[in-house]
Amino acid sequence: MKVGVIVFPGSNCDRDMFHVLKDVFNLDTTYYWHEDKLPKDLDAVVLPGGFSYGDRLRAGVIAAHSPVISDVKRMADRGMPVLGVCNGFQILVEAQLLPGVLLRNTSLSFMCKWTELIVENNKTPFTNQFKLKQRIPIPIANGEGRYYVDKATLNQLKKHNQIVFRYGENINDSVYDIAGICNKEGNVVGMMPHPERAVEADINPQDCKPSNLIFNSLIATVGAKK
Amino acid sequence: MSLQQEELEYLSKKIGRKPNETETHIVAAEWSEHCSYKSSKKHLKMLPTSGPRVIHEKGFDSGVLDVGDGYVVTVHIESHNHPSAVEPYGGAATGVGGVIRDILSAGTRPIAILDGLRFGDIEKDPHARWLFKNAVTGIADYGNCLGIPTVGGEVEFDKCYTNYALVDVASIGFGKKERLIKNNAKTGDIVVLLGGSTGRDGIGGSQFASDSLETEDRSAVQIPDPFIEKLIIEATLEARNEGCLKAIKDLGGGGLSCAISETADTLGVGIELDVNRVHTREPNMNPTEIMTSESQERMLVITDKEKLPRIETICKKFRVNCSVIGRVTDDKLMKVTSNSSVLASMPAEIVANAPLLDRPAKEPQYLAALQKKAEPKPPQDLSKTIMKLIASPNIASKIWVYGQYDHEVGIRTIVKPGSDAAVLRLDNGKCLAAKIDGNPKHCYLDPKHGAMGCFEEACRNVVCTGAAPIGMVDHLQFGNPEDPEIFWTFLESLRGITEFSKFFNIPCVGGKVSLYNETPQGPIKPTPLIGVLGLIDKKPLKPQKIEQGDVLLVVGKTKDELGGSEYYEYIHDFIGGKPPQVHLSESKKNMDAVLPLIQGEKIKAAHDCSKGGLAVAICELAMTSQIGCAVSLDGAPQENLSADKILFSESHSRYLLVVNKSNLDSVMDSLKKTQVDFGLIGKFVGSQILLSNKNEPVAKLRVDKAHDKWFNSLRELVLHG
Repeated sequence: MKVGVIVFPGSNCDRDMFHVLKDVFNLDTTYYWHEDKLPKDLDAVVLPGGFSYGDRLRAGVIAAHSPVISDVKRMADRGMPVLGVCNGFQILVEAQLLPGVLLRNTSLSFMCKWTELIVENNKTPFTNQFKLKQRIPIPIANGEGRYYVDKATLNQLKKHNQIVFRYGENINDSVYDIAGICNKEGNVVGMMPHPERAVEADINPQDCKPSNLIFNSLIATVGAKK
Repeated sequence: MSLQQEELEYLSKKIGRKPNETETHIVAAEWSEHCSYKSSKKHLKMLPTSGPRVIHEKGFDSGVLDVGDGYVVTVHIESHNHPSAVEPYGGAATGVGGVIRDILSAGTRPIAILDGLRFGDIEKDPHARWLFKNAVTGIADYGNCLGIPTVGGEVEFDKCYTNYALVDVASIGFGKKERLIKNNAKTGDIVVLLGGSTGRDGIGGSQFASDSLETEDRSAVQIPDPFIEKLIIEATLEARNEGCLKAIKDLGGGGLSCAISETADTLGVGIELDVNRVHTREPNMNPTEIMTSESQERMLVITDKEKLPRIETICKKFRVNCSVIGRVTDDKLMKVTSNSSVLASMPAEIVANAPLLDRPAKEPQYLAALQKKAEPKPPQDLSKTIMKLIASPNIASKIWVYGQYDHEVGIRTIVKPGSDAAVLRLDNGKCLAAKIDGNPKHCYLDPKHGAMGCFEEACRNVVCTGAAPIGMVDHLQFGNPEDPEIFWTFLESLRGITEFSKFFNIPCVGGKVSLYNETPQGPIKPTPLIGVLGLIDKKPLKPQKIEQGDVLLVVGKTKDELGGSEYYEYIHDFIGGKPPQVHLSESKKNMDAVLPLIQGEKIKAAHDCSKGGLAVAICELAMTSQIGCAVSLDGAPQENLSADKILFSESHSRYLLVVNKSNLDSVMDSLKKTQVDFGLIGKFVGSQILLSNKNEPVAKLRVDKAHDKWFNSLRELVLHG
C-alpha cells in the first residue's frame, strides 16, 4: 500500500506523520513537495499539520492554492482515502473539499492539550475499525481550530452522516463539538486533533490503542480493495 | 552607542591609523559588551568545559554532547531582555529565533525549546502583566510555527524586574555526529548570505543591549518572521545533507560585522564582502546600516564553486533568498567594499577580539545587613498561608503559559511540561531530560550559594526523571558591571557555578552573559540561570497517578534557611535572613542515593523540593493526583525547627519520593545503606492534605479546593487582573 505525505512550505508535522506511517505501520510512504505531481498508483494521501506558509492570511488558505491540490482533488473524486490533520484539515476546508470553516479559538490563544474524541461515523476509511461512540485520547494543538458551519449546513452534515469525530468536552466552542468531518462520499476526512502524536505508548500518557485504529482502518480499507 | 575613547585609541594603535566612520561602527558593534564579553571573558575561563561527552570544534555556537550510537545533542541558551522590555512580543519571538539558529549552525535539527521568563509584580502592576502576556504569545507564535516544541521552563515575578523583562531561551538540537559542520574555509571559497532580507530593524541592537534601558529605542528591536526561519531550517539541513556547507554562522547580535569578523578570525582566513550584494528589505540603506543591521532569520554560509549551484537550487526550492556576498581571502583581513571602493579593511583578529577589561569588584554593603535582619513571626493560620502560597503567581500552575505552546510536535515529548524536567526520546532509544532554573531571591542574598543552588535544583529536577546530568549551560544576568558591587555578585555566582561543576564533573558546554540589566528603579537582582541536560539509558520515570496507600519519603535535611524563600517574600513581604546553602558532599550523597532508586523503578513519583518548601512540594504531589495526604512533619530530618520553618524552608538537596507500599522496605534499606538523611513522613489517603507536627495538627486543606486555586489562579490573574 502506497501512501503520500504532502509537504507544503512551512509544514511541520510532516516528519511526524511520515514516521508513524512508515515506522509504526510499515507502509510504503513517500513525501510529496507541494509542487510535485502525485503518481497514479498512490493508494491514499495525507495532508499533515503545522503552519503551511506560516498560516499567513488564514490557516491553510495559501496552501489550498498549491499545484498539488488539483491532484489531491482528483484522488478525492476517484474515491481514494484522503486525510487532513489539523493544518491539513484547514487546507481541505479552504480547498472546498470539505464544508465549513475553522475559526480562531475563542480563547484567542493557541491551545495544546490532551482531550478525548468520540467516534460518530465508523464507515469512513479512517474509522471503520472503531465501534460507534468509541472514545480516543488524543492531543490538539491549534490556534484556529473552532469548527463553524451555519445551522442549515449542520443539518446537512448530520443528515449525510458527515460528522466523524466530536469532542468529549466543549474544548473550543466548535459547533456541535465537531472535531472532524468527512465529505458526503466519506473518503475525504479532516480532523483537528493529531493522531500521529497519540499512536505510540511512550508519548501517550493514556491509552494508545484507540488512535491506532485510525491507521488500522486505512490499512483495512486499502487492503480490502487490493 | 559607539566606541569609548580608550577603545578608539587602542584600535588606532592596532591598525596603525585612525579608523574611518564605517570601520568605527563595525568595531563598535563587535566590541559592545553583548558581542565581545569584554567584562566577563577573563573570568569565564574558570568554568570547566571539557568532559568525555563534550565535542569541541572551532566555530560552534552551541555546546555539543555525544550521546552515543553516533548521535549528538546540541544545546545553547540566550536572552533577549532589552528588546523584550520594550516590545515583548517581537523581543521574545526573536529571542527564540536566535537561539534556534545557533543549534542549526552546528548542523543539528532543533528539537526543543525551554524558556525562562521574569517580570515585575503582575498582581499589582498592569504593565508587568502586559509584558508577560505578550512575551508568552511571542514565544508561542514563533516556536509553534517552527514546529519545535516548547517543553519546559520557568516563570517568576519579582519587583526587581518592574518595567523590565528577562526572556531567556534555551534550545536543544539533535543529529548525527558525522553530520556536524566542521567549519573550515580556504582561499577562494564563496561567502553566501541566505535567508531574510537585511532591513533597518535591529540596527545597533547589541549596543542597545549593552546599555541601561533609559531610552525606548524601538528601532533597535528586531522583527520576527518564523515562516522564513522554518524555511531556513529546512534549506540548511538539506544543504548539510548534501555536504554543501563548509562553514556556517548565524547572524545575531552585531549582524554582519560580528558574523564576518568572528568567522574570519575563527577560521584563520580573510573575508572580503561587497555590501551592494547583500539583499536588502528597503532601498538606500547605507553600508553602516547593512553591516550593523540585526534583521533576523539570516545565515552566513561558506561554500565552494562546485557546491554553490546546489545551494542555489535548494534555496530556490524553499524560496529562500541567497546572495553571494563575498569570498574568502588569504590576508586575514575583514574587508568591506562597495563595488570597487574599499569602505573598511582591518585584521579580523583585531575586530573580533575587543580589549578585555579587568573590572573592580567589591562586596555589596547591603548583604550583611539583610542577612542580620530580624526574621518575621509565624502566622496564626498555616492552612490559610499554604493556600495563599500555592495560589501565588510564582508557585501556581503555569498551564496558562505552556498550554499555549505546542509541546507535543516532533513526537519526542515523553514527560510533558508541568513536571520536574521535560524528557524527550532520542533516535538511539535513550532519553534526554532538560531543565532550566534560576532563583534571584536566593542569589540576591548570597550570589555564590544562590547560583550553586540553581545548578543543584536543575540537577535535582533532571534526576527526578531518572537521568544522570551530562552537561550544563549557564546564563549570567546582572546589572551594570561598571558598579563594583554588581560585578562582585557576578564573580561570586560564577565561582559558585564553577565549584559545583567541578565537584560533580558536569561540564559547562555553553552559556551567555547579559549585563546592564537595569530598570528605572535600579539593577535587577543577580539572575544566573542554569540549564542542565541529563541522559537516561533505559526508561524515564513518567508521571503516574498516586494511589491510596502509597507512602511519602523525604530525602535530605530541612534547615533554618528561609532567607529568599517565597514564604518570606510573598507572605511576609520580607527580604532578608539566611538563604539556603549547597553543601557539595551532602548534595552528591543525596543525589547518588536517589538516582539508582528511580532508575531501578522502585519509585512511583519523585519530586524536587524547592520553591515554597516542603509544604508546596507535598501539595503539588497531592494536587496533581487529586488525592489527600497525611503528613507528620517531625518525621522529616531537620534541626528542631518550628512548624512554619519546616514547611517553608527552601533548603537544597531534598527530594520527595512516593513509594508503593510493596517497595517500601527495599527503598528504606537502600537509603539506610547510603547513610543519607531521610524520613518516612506520610501516606496518601482521603481527600484532604493533613499536616501535623509533634502530634499536633498544623494545617488542613481540601485537595479539590487547593487544586482549583493552584490550577487557575495565574490564568485568572492574567485574564482578569
